[in-house]
Amino acid sequence: MAAKKLNIKDKYRLLTRDLDWEFSYQDRNKAFPFEEFEGIKITDWSKWEDPFRLTMDAYWKYQAEKERKLYAIFDAFAQNNGQLNISDPRYVNALKIFLTGVSPLEYQAFQGFAHTGRQFGGVGARVACQMQSIDELRHVQTQVHAMSHYNKFFDGLQDWSHMHDRVWYLSVPKSFFNDARAAGPFEFMVAIGFSFEYVLTNLLFVPFMSGAAYNGDMATVTFGFSAQSDEARHMTLGLEVIKFLLEQHEDNVPIVQRWIDKWFWRGTRLLTIVSMMMDYMLPNKVMSWKEAWEVYFEEAGGALFKDLARYGIRMPKYADIIEKEKEHVSHQAWWTFYTHGHAAGFHTWIPTDEELDWLSEKYPDTFDKYYRPRWELAKEMEAKGERFYTKALPQLCTTCQIPMLFTEMDDPTQISYRDSIYKGDRYHFCSDGCKDIFDDEPEKFVQSWLPVHQIFQGNCGGPDVEDILRDYYQMNVGVDNMDIKGSPDEERWKKWKGVA
Amino acid sequence: MSKVYIALQDNDESRYIVEAIEEDNSEATVIHMPAMIRIEAENFLAVKRETVEEKMGRDWDVQELHVNLITLGGNVDEDDDQLTLTWNE
Repeated sequence: MAAKKLNIKDKYRLLTRDLDWEFSYQDRNKAFPFEEFEGIKITDWSKWEDPFRLTMDAYWKYQAEKERKLYAIFDAFAQNNGQLNISDPRYVNALKIFLTGVSPLEYQAFQGFAHTGRQFGGVGARVACQMQSIDELRHVQTQVHAMSHYNKFFDGLQDWSHMHDRVWYLSVPKSFFNDARAAGPFEFMVAIGFSFEYVLTNLLFVPFMSGAAYNGDMATVTFGFSAQSDEARHMTLGLEVIKFLLEQHEDNVPIVQRWIDKWFWRGTRLLTIVSMMMDYMLPNKVMSWKEAWEVYFEEAGGALFKDLARYGIRMPKYADIIEKEKEHVSHQAWWTFYTHGHAAGFHTWIPTDEELDWLSEKYPDTFDKYYRPRWELAKEMEAKGERFYTKALPQLCTTCQIPMLFTEMDDPTQISYRDSIYKGDRYHFCSDGCKDIFDDEPEKFVQSWLPVHQIFQGNCGGPDVEDILRDYYQMNVGVDNMDIKGSPDEERWKKWKGVA
Repeated sequence: MSKVYIALQDNDESRYIVEAIEEDNSEATVIHMPAMIRIEAENFLAVKRETVEEKMGRDWDVQELHVNLITLGGNVDEDDDQLTLTWNE
C-alpha cells in the first residue's frame, strides 16, 4: 500500500516537534544562555505555531521558483537596456539611497535572525528564524544584482558597503539595526520581526515599489515584490512572536509594551528617509507619503493594535505625535538633504513647478504654509546662480542619529530639541520619543558613534568637508554629490536621449 | 471593524486567484495599483484552493500563493484547503 501523503499540518508537526531532543546530560540553560536575561518568561515552547506551516522542502521549492522568475526579469531588463525606460534620471537617486541605506540592513537582518534563531529553545521559532535569515540573505543578494546594472550607467552606486559604514546619514539605518542586534533575542524579535516587519517594511516595499513600477523600473519593482513575498511570511512570524510572548506569561506584557514603544518610535524615525523618497524622488507619483502612512500605519497598524488589546497591549507611545508628523517629515527631510546636497552621495534638486503643485494638493494644511515658500526662495537663489549649500555640520540626535531637522508638531517653525544629563555629560535628542529611549538605556546609547562628533574629533580625516567626502567616505566629489543640474548623470542621460 | 488585506503581484496567475477571492468573499474590495492588486475586507478573507483550481483549470497548492504574494494583514491560518485572514474584535 502506498504511503498516505502527509497534509501540511502533519508535515509541519514532524519537522518542528519530532526533530527536537531533550537535554539529558547537559544543562539546558547553558545551551540557550540568552533566553532568560531579558526577563521574558516562556513556560511552553510547544505552543509556538507557524500559521503558514512551511516546511523546508516547500520553502526551497517556492523560493527557487521566486528566484527563477526574478532573475529572468533582471536578464530581460539588462538585455533591453531597461535603464533607458525609467521616467527620469532623478529617480535613480532613490536607488542610491536604497542600495547604501537599505540593502546593508538586509544583510544585518540575515545575521540577526541567524543569531536569534540559535538562541531560542523552541524548535518552531528556530525553524522560522532560520528561514527568515536565509530570506534576508537572498534579499541583499538580489538587490545588489539588480542595482549592479544601474551602476554601469549612473554614479554613486560604486561603493555602497563602505559608504554604509561611514557616511553621516547612513549611520541612521546602520545604528538602528546595530541597536536591535545588540539587544537580547526577544527584543530583537519585537524590534525587527514585529515592529519593523509588520508595519514599517510595508511602507517601503509596497507603495514605494509600486512607484518604482510606475517610473519604469522593472528590476527594482520585481526584487521589491519578490522580497516582500517573503516579508508576508516575516510579518506573520512577527505577529506570532508577539502573541506567543503575551500568552506565555502576564509578566511579559509590560516588557513587550516597552519594546513596542521603543521600536515603533525608532522605526518611525528611520522611515523619514522613505517619506522623502516617496514624495520627492519618484517623478511619477503613485500616492503621497501621508496617504501611504494612513493605509499602512494607521489603518493596518490600528487594526493590529485593536487585535492585541485583549492582551493588555496599547498603541505605541507618542502615536499622537506620529500622526501629526505625516504632514511634515518628508518636506523637512528633503529640505535638509537639499541644503546638505554637497555632502550627500546622491543628487538633490528643487521640485518642478508641477511637483510643487502636487505637493500643495496632497498636503493642503501644511505645504503652502510652511514648505512651499522655502522652495520658491530656493528657486530665486538658484536663478541668480546662488544655489544654496549650508556650510555647517548638523547637530545629531544621540538616539536616532538624524540631524535635528524635526519641528515641534504644535509649532512647525520651531525645531524640536530635548536633552538629558547622564554622568555629567549632556546628550541631545530630536524628540521626547528619542529622549525616553536614551533615558531607559543610557549605558547603551552613550556609545553612539555619531558621525558629526567623529568628524569634529578628527576621526574621519579632513579637515575640510571635501577631504572627508573624498578620502574617508570614498565619494567621487563633484560627480556623486551636488545638484542633479549639471551632474554627469544628467549629461549622460541627455546624450542617450538625444536632447541638448 | 478592521480591515484584513492581501496584495498580489499583477500577473496572469494572480488574475485567477483574485477572481476566486472575489467569488468567495462577496464583501471584498479589489484595488488595482501599478504592478499590484490589493484586496481588502472587513475582519475576514479566505483564499480557497477549490475555487482557485476551478478558475485556473489545474491543481493548485495553497502554498503556491507565496510566489505571487506581496503582503498581507491579519492573523493567518493556512491548511491544505485554504488560507484565511482574520482580526479578532
